[in-house]
Amino acid sequence: MDKSKMLSRLVAIVALAITAEAIAAGGGAALEPADIDPGNKASLQRGARNFMNYCSGCHSAQYVRFNTIGKYLELSEEQLVDNLMFNAEKTFETIQASMQPEDGARWYGNAPPDLSLMARARGADYVYNFLKGFYLQAESPTGVDNMVLAGTSMPHVLWELQGYQKAVFSEHTETLEDGSSLTTHAFDHFEQATTGKLDADGYDDFVRDTVNFLAYIAEPIRAERRKLGVWVLMYLIVFLVIAAMLKKQIWKDVK
Amino acid sequence: MARIEAEVGKPQGGFMKWIDDRFPLTATLKYHVTEYYASKNFNFWYVFGVLAFVVLAIQLVTGIFLTMNYKPAAVDAFASVEYIMRDVEWGWLIRYMHSTGASFFFIVVYLHMFRAMLYGSYKKPRELIWIIGMLIFFVLMAEGFAGYLLPWGQMSYWGAQVIISLFGAIPGVGEALVEIIRGDYSISDITLNRFFALHVIVLPLILIGLIFVHIVALHEVGSNNPDGVEIKKNKGADGVPLDGIAFHPYHTSKDLVAIIIFLMIFSSVVFFAPDMGGYFLEHANFEPANLTATPEHIAPVWYFTPFYAILRAVPDKLWGFILFALAVVLPVFLPWLDRARVKSIRYRGWIYKSALSVFVVTFLSLGWLGTQPADDIYVLAARIFSVLYFAFFLLMPYYTAIDKTKPVPDRVVYHG
Repeated sequence: MDKSKMLSRLVAIVALAITAEAIAAGGGAALEPADIDPGNKASLQRGARNFMNYCSGCHSAQYVRFNTIGKYLELSEEQLVDNLMFNAEKTFETIQASMQPEDGARWYGNAPPDLSLMARARGADYVYNFLKGFYLQAESPTGVDNMVLAGTSMPHVLWELQGYQKAVFSEHTETLEDGSSLTTHAFDHFEQATTGKLDADGYDDFVRDTVNFLAYIAEPIRAERRKLGVWVLMYLIVFLVIAAMLKKQIWKDVK
Repeated sequence: MARIEAEVGKPQGGFMKWIDDRFPLTATLKYHVTEYYASKNFNFWYVFGVLAFVVLAIQLVTGIFLTMNYKPAAVDAFASVEYIMRDVEWGWLIRYMHSTGASFFFIVVYLHMFRAMLYGSYKKPRELIWIIGMLIFFVLMAEGFAGYLLPWGQMSYWGAQVIISLFGAIPGVGEALVEIIRGDYSISDITLNRFFALHVIVLPLILIGLIFVHIVALHEVGSNNPDGVEIKKNKGADGVPLDGIAFHPYHTSKDLVAIIIFLMIFSSVVFFAPDMGGYFLEHANFEPANLTATPEHIAPVWYFTPFYAILRAVPDKLWGFILFALAVVLPVFLPWLDRARVKSIRYRGWIYKSALSVFVVTFLSLGWLGTQPADDIYVLAARIFSVLYFAFFLLMPYYTAIDKTKPVPDRVVYHG
């Protein structure tokens, strides 16, 4: 194989690898894209604030240390202690929920899951749509159900910000082969039932920042590995040129 | 005193002589490296043996470092992997190299095996090299399977559950066998412990032993080449094959280029897409094993999916297991199934060329189907491709015998 062909194949494989990750971050099909910006430190800081204020009461992030967050989000130890560490003493501690998991299991039927890896296991889009997907459902013990995770035992914790919304379904009736008719309901759109502190765009931003933070804690090393990867590849390119020259030199007497 | 001094004397020929009098170091290096002659017309397909060695080295070294922080216990395993990913210095790199290495091991080995099918490398006198190679492949599958349980994620647990329960289909001893493998009535802490022992000691030892024998057998008969010409039939006055060049420095300098290109692709995955879209690290495996909640869709890792698709294509549990096992084992018999007089695809007729092309499409399609849910249309497709898979092997004695071959040249084709 000649060198240009080899090189183009290599480029194709690298491109494939990067696209594969882009698809992975995308998650499921029918979900609205979360459109997070992992490089936006201000968004991540707001996300950390949101997480500690609204999520960490019930959900732990037991693999995540405060000092790791502080270093990446450019927060001082003081800022960490004053703004984020509500139930922790030392900055090397991990994020524990204020509620005991056994209590959670007793009160909600399910212990609220640890959120360290949630955005990686389900995808950022999933979490984004989940947090936007609560709607009024009178039969549910919590008064709400969720469009993304039907039958969830989680109440609409962010009702104060978003307000409650109703799900509007469209009705489709089709006549079957045997003459009977079948009516199906498909989700169409949400309708605001009560207003919250934030308007629709404000709530989207709030959720987006929170999901951005969840995606960050799912793999805190992500930014560093991508940065390092560029150097590794540059080193290998230089090495490749030298090795190719060496090979040519050694092979010149092979007829 | 004087007598002993005369006998021992001053060391002659330096350190190497001292060693060589006690261990055949120079002779071994000559036999396997500097005077091992392989054809000068090796092409792209001939790099994957060396690359398999590179991946083996990566897996062994990163594996050693992982065991220093990994905890093989059901309550600790998942957390210890996250500890490696987050708190151990460079732990993330070691872990991503190991998880990416597992997939690349199979990519490289599948391409290495495909090379043998392209150029008839399994044919006489290399049947034994091929059989040892297939044994290496079986051990590698077991190694990959045992290793996949260790992170103790949802896919680790439920994937192992599905695969181990397959053995239950064997009449009579099935259920007992499943209990022996698990060491328990379900997959548990005990299973994890024994899979750890298998993954870090038993299987790697067998693997290294088999690879050693694979190389010894190869160097006894000599490497094949893209023309399928035996280079030892044309030797110069010095006894060196006319078309052969020494492994070192010729093939080593060429392999170095291949290794660097390989490392570039490998690094692209490690640094930019370690999940590889959920194929190298499945998304559901970022949730800890939960005995009470089955994941929506259980699929083994991609390197098992061609065989998994065959298993699922069969409606009967026992026959599914038999055909699954047969699909894995059948390639062992290639040296005797292939009746062609020529080795290389370059001199074979259109029948084998078509059959091999269809086989490649079949294998890739089965691999993709194995990752998909078992919907009707996919199962139907898997059935069609399963028939093609077995037809490739079982009809081979007929179609290779009637295939019109071209005359093979005396010397290898090489354009400087």
